[in-house]
This record gives sequence, C-alpha cells and structure tokens, in this order.
Amino acid sequence: MNRLLTRAFAAVATLSAVALLAGCERPPPDSVQHGYRGTGMVQVYNPRIVEAQVPLNQPPVAQPAASDDGPKARDVFKNVQVLGDLSVGAFTRHMVSISQWVAPNEQCAYCHNLENLADDSKYTKVVARRMIQMTQKINAEWKPHVAETGVTCWTCHRGNNIPANVWFKAEPQDKRADFIGNRNGQNAPDDAVGLATLPYDPFTPYLQNTSEIRVGSTTALPTGHRASIQHTEQTYGLMMHMSKSLGVNCTYCHNTRSFGDWDQSSGQRTTAWHGIRMVRDLNLAYLGPLTDLFPAARKGPTGDVAKVSCSTCHQGAYKPVYGAAMAKDFPELQKLTGVVAKTGAAPLPAPLVEPRRSVLYFEVGSAVLQDAQAKGLADLIVAMDKAPALKATISGYHSAAGTLAQNQELAKQRAFTVRDSLMAAGIAEARVTLAKPQQTSANVAGEDPTSRRVEVTIK
Amino acid sequence: MIEYQNLFTSVQVVGPAERGVPLPPGNSPRTGQSPWVSHLLGRIGCAQIGPVYLGPLGLMSLFFGTFAFNIIGFNMLASVNWDPVQFVRQLFWLSLDPPSPAYGLSLPPLNDGGWWLIAGFFLTLSVLLWWARMYTRARALGLGTHVAWAFAAAIWLFLVLGFIRPVLMGSWSEAVPFGIFSHLDWTAAFSLRYGNLFYNPFHALSIAFLYGSTLLFAMHGATILAVTRFGGEREIEQIVDRGTASERAALFWRWTMGFNATTESIHRWAWWFAVLCPLCGGIGILLSGTVVDNWYLWSMKHGVVPPYPHVFGTVVDPSTVLQGVKP
Repeated sequence: MNRLLTRAFAAVATLSAVALLAGCERPPPDSVQHGYRGTGMVQVYNPRIVEAQVPLNQPPVAQPAASDDGPKARDVFKNVQVLGDLSVGAFTRHMVSISQWVAPNEQCAYCHNLENLADDSKYTKVVARRMIQMTQKINAEWKPHVAETGVTCWTCHRGNNIPANVWFKAEPQDKRADFIGNRNGQNAPDDAVGLATLPYDPFTPYLQNTSEIRVGSTTALPTGHRASIQHTEQTYGLMMHMSKSLGVNCTYCHNTRSFGDWDQSSGQRTTAWHGIRMVRDLNLAYLGPLTDLFPAARKGPTGDVAKVSCSTCHQGAYKPVYGAAMAKDFPELQKLTGVVAKTGAAPLPAPLVEPRRSVLYFEVGSAVLQDAQAKGLADLIVAMDKAPALKATISGYHSAAGTLAQNQELAKQRAFTVRDSLMAAGIAEARVTLAKPQQTSANVAGEDPTSRRVEVTIK
Repeated sequence: MIEYQNLFTSVQVVGPAERGVPLPPGNSPRTGQSPWVSHLLGRIGCAQIGPVYLGPLGLMSLFFGTFAFNIIGFNMLASVNWDPVQFVRQLFWLSLDPPSPAYGLSLPPLNDGGWWLIAGFFLTLSVLLWWARMYTRARALGLGTHVAWAFAAAIWLFLVLGFIRPVLMGSWSEAVPFGIFSHLDWTAAFSLRYGNLFYNPFHALSIAFLYGSTLLFAMHGATILAVTRFGGEREIEQIVDRGTASERAALFWRWTMGFNATTESIHRWAWWFAVLCPLCGGIGILLSGTVVDNWYLWSMKHGVVPPYPHVFGTVVDPSTVLQGVKP
C-alpha cells in the first residue's frame, strides 16, 4: 500500500514537473549590463531564440544599380504618378525590387493588369503607390525614428503580400444581453500583450488615437493628477507590445526604478517615443484613408484596414533586419514625390492670431501641431495666465477629402492636440472646452489648407 | 537515528477517536458524530478527521462565501460563452473586474462592475463571519484569541485593498479584480502608477516582516525537528518543564549566536512578524494615491535612497522639446 502510494506520488510529481517546464525556454540566458552597476539595467536574452531569428532578419540582395541617364519613366510609361522622375532603367529596377520584396510568387501580376500595366483597376496597385509614398515619408520626415538607416518595402513585407504583423481593431466581445460575463477588453491570453491579462487592444488608443500614455505622477504628493489603474494597465499593455516587438526588456529604454523619469532613461526611449508618433501618423495619414480601397476579405472583423504597430517592422528584433542599411540603395525612397505629397509639402498658412481667437492649421491627414502653428497659441496662453476666469473653447475642422467618419475623428484628434498643448503650458483641463462645430460639411472645401484647422477662442 | 530524518509523520497511532472537551452551555453539537481516520492526511498532520464544528456563524460564512465564489465563477464562465473547455484552459486569465473609473463610487450596471461589487460584498461578509467564528470557537474552548487577531491582520489588508482605499480615492475602479493573473497584473500596474512600491517604506517593512517570518519559521521548525529525538516536539510541555530537548536547543543557539529565544517567546516573535506583514502592507497601500502619489519622488525628496549617475548622457523628454506635441 505504502509502496504503491509512493510510486503514484512520484509519478504525479514527475508529470507535474514536466508539464510545468514545458512552456519554459532552455537555459541559460545571457545578460548584458548597459546601465549603472547594481541597478539591474541589463538586457536578458536567450541566445538560442536569437539564433533562430537570424535567418529571418537577413536583407535580400539589392538589384544592381541602374543608370540614371536616359529618358524619364513618366515620358515613356503612362500613369506614373510617384516615381516618374526616375530613368527608365532605375524605374524598372524599382519595380523588380518591389516584386521581390512584396510579391515574389505573383510578381508583376499581383498589382498590374498585365494587358495594360498603366491600368489602375487593381486595388493593390493603388495601395502600392500610396505605400511607396509612405516609405518616402518615413525616410524623409521620420529620421528621429529611422535615422539614416531608413526603410524599404522589405522592412515590413519580407516577401509577404501582407506584412506578417499587422493589427486590426479587435472585435468587441459579444455580451449578448449584457448581463453577465464582461471581459472588460482584457483577461484573455493574447500575444499582443505578452500573454498577460492586460487590455488586448493597446493599438487603437495609442497607435491610432492619441490617448495619454503617461500615467505616473510627476509630483511626490497628490496634486490632482488622476490616472486610474485600468488606464495604467492600458499603457502597460502598449509597453508589453513594444517589448515583445523588439525582443527587449523594459530596461532597454527605461530605468525601472522610475519608469517615467527621462533623466535616467536610455537614448532608445527617445527613438521609441518618435516611433509611437510615427506609427500613429502612418495609421492616420496613410493606412486609414485606404480603407475603402480594400476588399472585405482584407479587412478586419470591424471593417477596418490593416494597420501597423511596432512589430510590423521590428518582428522581434531590436532593429528591423538588424539595422541593415537597405534604403541607401534606393535614393528614390528618400524624398517625397508624387501628386498627393506635393500638396502636403505646400507650406501651411501662418496661424491666425487675434486678441481673443487663434486659428491653427494642420497638414493633410495629420493631427500633429507643428512648431510654427503652436506659436499661434502663445498670446492666448499669456492672456489666460493673466486672467484665471478666462476659458478656452476648441473646435477642430477638416477638409473634404476622405470619408466623413475618418475626418470627424481627425478633427477631434486635432482639437485634442491643441487641448494637450494648452494643458502642457499649464492651463487646467477644466478651463478648456471642446466644442464640435455645428456643421462640419459647411466648413469644407476640397483639399484647402485653411479648412484643416483648429479654432481656439477665449472668453 | 535515521527515523527522525523524515519528511512525513513516520508513526501513525490509530485508536479510539479523540472527541475533545465537552462544549459549554449554549453551543450546538458538533457536526459529524463519528470521526474517521485518513492515512494520507495522517502523513502530514493528525490522522483523525472531525468532529467539525460549524454552528450558525460557520454556516452563514460558508453560504455567503459560496455565493461570492459562484458569482465570480459564473462571470468567468459567461465570459468564455459558457464553454467548459475554454473555462478550464483560460481559467488563470479569467477575471471579474471592478467597475470602470467613470462610475466612481456610484452603483454601476451589473455587467460593468456590479457583479464585482456584489461578489466583494458577500466575500467580505463571509470573511468577517469566519473571523467571528474563529473568535467565538477560541473562547468556547477557553483559548486565547491570537488566531483570530492574526486573521484580523490579513482582513485589514483585504479591506484596505478592496474597500477602504477605493472609498478614500472615490472610485471602485481602484480595487483589485477577482482573477488569478489579473490580480497579479493589477499589483504590477499599481506599482507603476504610484512610482514604484519598492520606494514605499511600509512596503519595505512588510517585506522585512514577510522574509523575517520565513526565517523565524525555518529556524524554529528546524530546531524543533532537530530535538524531536529527545522529545522536543512536545514544546508546550517544555515551556513549564524544561527537559533535555529544550536545554539542548537553547544551548545550540547560544553557542551559535550567543542568544536564544525561549520555547514560548519564539512563538511570540513569529506571531508578531506574521501579523505585522499585512498590517504594514495595508498601511503602505492605503497611503498610495491618498497621501503619496509617486513613491520614487517621495523617497528621493526625503533622501531615502541615493540618486545614481546618469550613465546614458542627457536624455530629454521629447514632448518638452517639440512644442505643441504631447504624448
């Protein structure tokens, strides 16, 4: 009896140990110190996992460079809207490269009607054109994130039609009668947040909308800063996503003794900060407006377009493709060209400044307040500082291009940006009111820069 | 002497059931008239199971506790569309969360924290009734009420987390969710939000008492096991009639560290360490957000810890550099 019990116990103990260890990585991991001694600022990684990633992060061989001489592509081919300045040779080289990067199996036919290559009837061609412009934008204007390394189509696509890591808005839980069983948008083992119980859509609030990421207080004692634990979990989810996407620990960017403190953070945190804004910009200005082009099968469960996150490029590596400088071989991807980009590149009008009213202008599809525009707030801030009774009313507007729903969201985000700027300048949130314009259709007139604006009035 | 080096009770004496002392007047009879013997449980404790005493307090506590347990369980089951397989697979992730922050202290809809509030209420009721049962059962046997007060220390922490602090903060959403992983993630998020609990002195005290408890328990357990060959496990007898086991144990500690606890005082030490662990922890939680908003900044301000050199050079918050752009 006793022997039987002992054996049964031993068997159960062995089985449990095996089951417990089944999910573990094989030790030992390596750790590399990169901060001050004794502060735990180390990178921990498993060399076996890194080794498995190496083949996935090799750049493809670049097509041999083509001569810049000879006739321009736009003069020889029809309907070349973005890369028309290239020589025919360089243009052809670019097309061959794209098919290698994005459609190695389907080749030209993935985007082109082979009967008439200039035909725009395939949505993939229209999307690809916009994606070339997006790549140009990243390389030209998001250097704080991509530096001189830059990106090409390969950075995300890696030979896939659709990059392996894109995100859609999560399908809301079917709560039926909404009586019992609310999942609260979290509490499910989801890869996006490293299998934690954190909210499993960290993307929509932070990589599309501009929800506040910072939750920690900046003062020792309570001074009215309110960020709930649930908000903290939302931010925590985004950070888990970034950590997983880059294959790094929290300590890659943060000194974990004080997560929010910039003084003690590594320089990578600045790069990441710009990365979040870059991804947000790409989702709002480039991917969101393409929604109507895509067939339903390529859209998410709620009908939204595939969007980018940190893992779209990084794919588990601290630098995509381990920082291989692919883009330098493709100078045509380094500057903005093409029809839409030209309008966007036109300088914005100077902000309109009146004693009690300011009008600030925005780029196409962007909710980012540029420096020159932010100066238009200075007088209002001074006035509000002097007279605490003054309250500000903010209204966001948009232009006519794009769908109404997206534009209204954009107008709202623009208003939020301006509100945040006022709050950053020390104006209490209670003194700022957001007012939706009475008639958004009445203040739009095509892609007129003066319609992409936020009006601030104080009284 | 190898028979004393055993993980499990090596000798099990089986005889007529021990029924304990007669109950004082006003007590209902114990539940289960015939105690039985379990060999397996006898290996880790006393082999005799029962008699159990439930009484009205125990019955009510079990009733309300089961009620709360079921509310939590059925919410989890409903959250996986009543699929028992998914319920088991995802059990560690499933959770019943407190209301959204927007509701403050008002009554939320059932499916947005209402169930949490009801489950929390009945769980608290159940725990308090169980405490009363601990207290009255100890009195009925003529014992001291040490167990009840130690339990009260744990209840203090439980109430701070789920009731007192949320009320002071004006929001039920501050409380802990009912779930296995979710309450752990809550803990991490809490520390992140309030500037690292590591710098909370009451958290530090709580940890000191927690580790101190384990140290004392290990020292005491090892000492008693080491002198069982001289009858040392009858330690209460040795308080009044110090035998050779006690004398050897005491001398061992005087030899090795110059000082020894007595057979009685070691239990007093252990009790206080164990009780102070949740007491201090509760104070630390209670002060977070109500009195101190960022423990790291607080402890820097008061010189609790030294600043470290900035080895990464000057890293500036980009949102202050790019005017008009905020995170």
